[in-house]
Amino acid sequence: MNINDVILKTVSKAVVLIILTFGIYLFFSGHNHPGGGFIGGLVIASAFVLMFLSYDSETVSEALPIDFKKLSGLGVLLAMSSGIAPMFLGGAFLSQSFGYFDLPIFGKTELATVTIFEAGIALTVIGVVVNIILSISEDE
Amino acid sequence: MYLLILAILVPFFFTAFIPLIHNRVGSIHLGWLVLVVPLVLFSIFVVQVPTISNSDTLMQTVHWIPSLGINFTVYLDGLSLIMALLITGMGALVVLYSIYYLSPSDSFPHFYAYLLLFMGAMLGVVLSDNLLVLYVFWELTSISSFLLIAFWYHRKNSRYGAQKSLLITVFGGLGMLAGFLMLHSMTGTFSIREIVATIGQYPEHALFYPAMFLILLGAFTKSAQFPFHIWLPDAMEAPTPVSAYLHSATMVKAGIYLVARFTPVFGGNAAWFWTVTLVGLVTLFWGAYCAVRQTDLKALLAYSTISQLGLIMSLFGLGSAALHFGDGEQGALYGLAIFAALFHMVNHSTFKGALFMVVGIVDHQVGTRDIRRLGGLMAALPITFTFAVIGSFSMAGLPFLNGFLSKEMFFTASVNAASLPIFGASTWGIVIPIIAWIASVLTFVYCMIFVFRTFFGTPQSKKADRKQVEPTLGMLVSPAILCVFIIGLFFAPNLLGDHLLRPALNGIIPEISGATPHIYAWHGFNTELFMTLGIVIVGSALYLTFRSWIKIFRLQPAGWTFTALYNSFLKNLKRASNWITTHYMTGHLPSYFAYIFMFFILAAGGALIFTGALSIDLTSDSPISVYEGLLTAVMAIAAISILFAKSHLAAVLLNGVLGFSIAIFFVLFRAPDLALTQLVIETVTTVLFLLCFLFLPEWTAEDSSKRTKFRNAFIAIGAGVTITLIGLTVNSGKLFESISGYFENSYELAGGDNIVNAILGDFRAFDTMLESLVLFIAGLGVYTLIRLKLGKGSGKDEHQ
Amino acid sequence: MESLIIVLVGVLTTVAIYLVLSKNVVRVILGTAILSHAVHLLILSMGGLKLGTVPLLGEEAVKYVDALPQALILTAIVISFAVTAFILVLAYRAYQELGTDNLGAMRGSDDE
Repeated sequence: MNINDVILKTVSKAVVLIILTFGIYLFFSGHNHPGGGFIGGLVIASAFVLMFLSYDSETVSEALPIDFKKLSGLGVLLAMSSGIAPMFLGGAFLSQSFGYFDLPIFGKTELATVTIFEAGIALTVIGVVVNIILSISEDE
Repeated sequence: MYLLILAILVPFFFTAFIPLIHNRVGSIHLGWLVLVVPLVLFSIFVVQVPTISNSDTLMQTVHWIPSLGINFTVYLDGLSLIMALLITGMGALVVLYSIYYLSPSDSFPHFYAYLLLFMGAMLGVVLSDNLLVLYVFWELTSISSFLLIAFWYHRKNSRYGAQKSLLITVFGGLGMLAGFLMLHSMTGTFSIREIVATIGQYPEHALFYPAMFLILLGAFTKSAQFPFHIWLPDAMEAPTPVSAYLHSATMVKAGIYLVARFTPVFGGNAAWFWTVTLVGLVTLFWGAYCAVRQTDLKALLAYSTISQLGLIMSLFGLGSAALHFGDGEQGALYGLAIFAALFHMVNHSTFKGALFMVVGIVDHQVGTRDIRRLGGLMAALPITFTFAVIGSFSMAGLPFLNGFLSKEMFFTASVNAASLPIFGASTWGIVIPIIAWIASVLTFVYCMIFVFRTFFGTPQSKKADRKQVEPTLGMLVSPAILCVFIIGLFFAPNLLGDHLLRPALNGIIPEISGATPHIYAWHGFNTELFMTLGIVIVGSALYLTFRSWIKIFRLQPAGWTFTALYNSFLKNLKRASNWITTHYMTGHLPSYFAYIFMFFILAAGGALIFTGALSIDLTSDSPISVYEGLLTAVMAIAAISILFAKSHLAAVLLNGVLGFSIAIFFVLFRAPDLALTQLVIETVTTVLFLLCFLFLPEWTAEDSSKRTKFRNAFIAIGAGVTITLIGLTVNSGKLFESISGYFENSYELAGGDNIVNAILGDFRAFDTMLESLVLFIAGLGVYTLIRLKLGKGSGKDEHQ
Repeated sequence: MESLIIVLVGVLTTVAIYLVLSKNVVRVILGTAILSHAVHLLILSMGGLKLGTVPLLGEEAVKYVDALPQALILTAIVISFAVTAFILVLAYRAYQELGTDNLGAMRGSDDE
């Protein structure tokens, strides 16, 4: 293990945490500020990619037992089913709705079904990006 | 009540059902189950006879695409009912016959599935009132015919015959479709009844004659009229029940049906009269002439079918003159020809069906259909012999059989036509009865060949492969029923005439009320009777001296046939298309890209210049700041430097420069979401490139020739200039207001302040969802590509 | 500004197409990546540049820039990433199986 690896690993421990937090922030802020499912997903995916680059994939897989292929499939499923759900309530495919609720701690908060859809998109993006990078780096 | 629509759909449903049940029927032959379908349908249509014979019609409509005027409308009049009864009645007999004809090694489910498919499609053709629905069913009959001809697909001749029939009939069908569309653009409707009602307003329309000839093309190809008759003899490769059903009794009559259906639309003018009549007469003569020389019994019957179809066709042509005269004595006189055509159509189905079944029995029991290897079968197959005599004597037009009656009526019509005072027939009309008579003599000759060469003479049992005995009783039932009809229709023709033929006639020429024909077996000693007598005398003489004049057929040079023409056309078509394809499909990716971009330059750039749309207006541009100018210069330099990069690493880094510069542009152009996305994506892409470069070789300088490089540069610059000009043109003019104002209501409509995000997640969520699907598929593709390792040898195995 | 960007798009397109017409797989892939950059810039400039503030209603501005091209480009960026990744891996696997990165040598066999 050379000195570069030590620096990379140490730095990435801290940086991954920051990137992940930023990614989740971006995901939720997307409704009213720059961000959203794509960007949030991409940023979170880049945190994972950094993890896989600085550590070897076995170590990460042990700590983080996620199958990213299944994650991307789950994302597509979530996005689609969030679109199908309103059809049972008489709406068109993928019609979204929103409302304002008074919640403890948060106060008056907007809850929108589009968040579920965005979560599906984000999961797909995370799954696919990490999967692509992992597939190539694990080959031979 | 949608009984008639159900009647069309029942065979299709049953077809879908066959794969599910054929394994569960046990020892029962699948044919017995299938037989239920035509029997039930036949009884449904028989029940309609009293309604129709009262000159009523039935109509049922299911709306399909009402906005385009395409409805599934079923219309039952006399003509449709005759056809429907033929289709279901012959269908039942043929299914019954096939149970004994097929050998256990044949695939029953396929056979009966195709047969039912055909039955449904054919019913659709004769019952549809909507032209487009009719067309769909029309092509379905061609497809099911193709499948049935190729039923024994391991034979080369079957495949050849199937392809030939499909190519010719579909070619005609497409012409017919064009004709239908022309009719629609003339009259604005797809309904045949409405077209008949309104066509009188458009006699001078420019599309009238093109539509007429295109529809006739469809009819002539389907009904094997000269010179499109060449597919029918090759279609005889089909199993004999199929030949009896599709290629003599029903499908080939679809063209005749079409002509009959469109007689009220196009009839009454000289072009229709002469085209239909002459094509019919030439076909009548040519079919009979070719039939005489055949040595294969089925080929003989095929040519005789062509000939008889020509006869019916020419009768419809002659009868169309009635529409010229309108209501009155003359109109009624020529209307008789249509009546005769309908009568002969029914008669032909009965005697030709019986004859095909006879050939099937001979083939099945003796093992050959070659006349030269047959003879003296009368003793071994007495019942079959009886059927053969009844069938072929009826075809020859001898008395006490139904063929005699319709043949006499045909002569009446042709003699009448000789004195037709219109269409220039007064000078040329005499040709009609002469051709009719000569063709009938030839018909008599081949009918005698069929009977006497097969069943008389010395038995050739040594040459035959099997023991010659009558087949099982079941195989004889169907031809027996047909023979009963052949004789029965002679003695009681007006039962058919009054209840079916007259309503059909009134459906075709409704304005001629005087046409109330009655069929008589005895007209006294008139021209027609002497023509028949002449046929018998001359025909017998020709048959007896057959060997001395057979040489006449050698006058036609071998290879000077329409089939040879068709073959060489197909061969040259194949060669030409092969030549063209191999010259531009090089298998070389850069060539394909070059085509695409050159086409883009020509089409888009050409349109820009020739339409005069090109305009450049810089006045509405927003101002340029220093940063933006610098950034533009950086990007342009980075892009051009990529072309000269010595290593792929440098190229990818330069690409990174482009990507990050664009991210900065996104910031400058007020697109924070894009800037964020672009930054992350560019990072990940660069990582991806670098990862792949671990495995890919360093790139080398292009080894292309100067000429190729010059060509590539020319195409690249051309495309770049085109894009720039299009962009500048679009930028300088505003054709309509931007729709983006709507999306600025995103807070009210989607509850979000971020407009871009609201568009992605709400307004245009469908795009976004499909995009995530694309992403997912690409991810799967990458994973599969990496994990799927072909063994070293497996790639080669695929090519062996 | 718009016209300048459009000219830049033209330059990028020219470079991209020259690369795409090359025989080397990596050049072709780079070409497609640059082509998508060019298209993104083109779409953005078609909506007009710098005509308002960022499309966030929280800014409470009088005029916002056109948000529709931005949404389209966002989708396009992600798709072009997916496509680039796919063809890159395709090229890499083709090199593994066939031992060449030259498109001229990758032509299908004659009997196809």
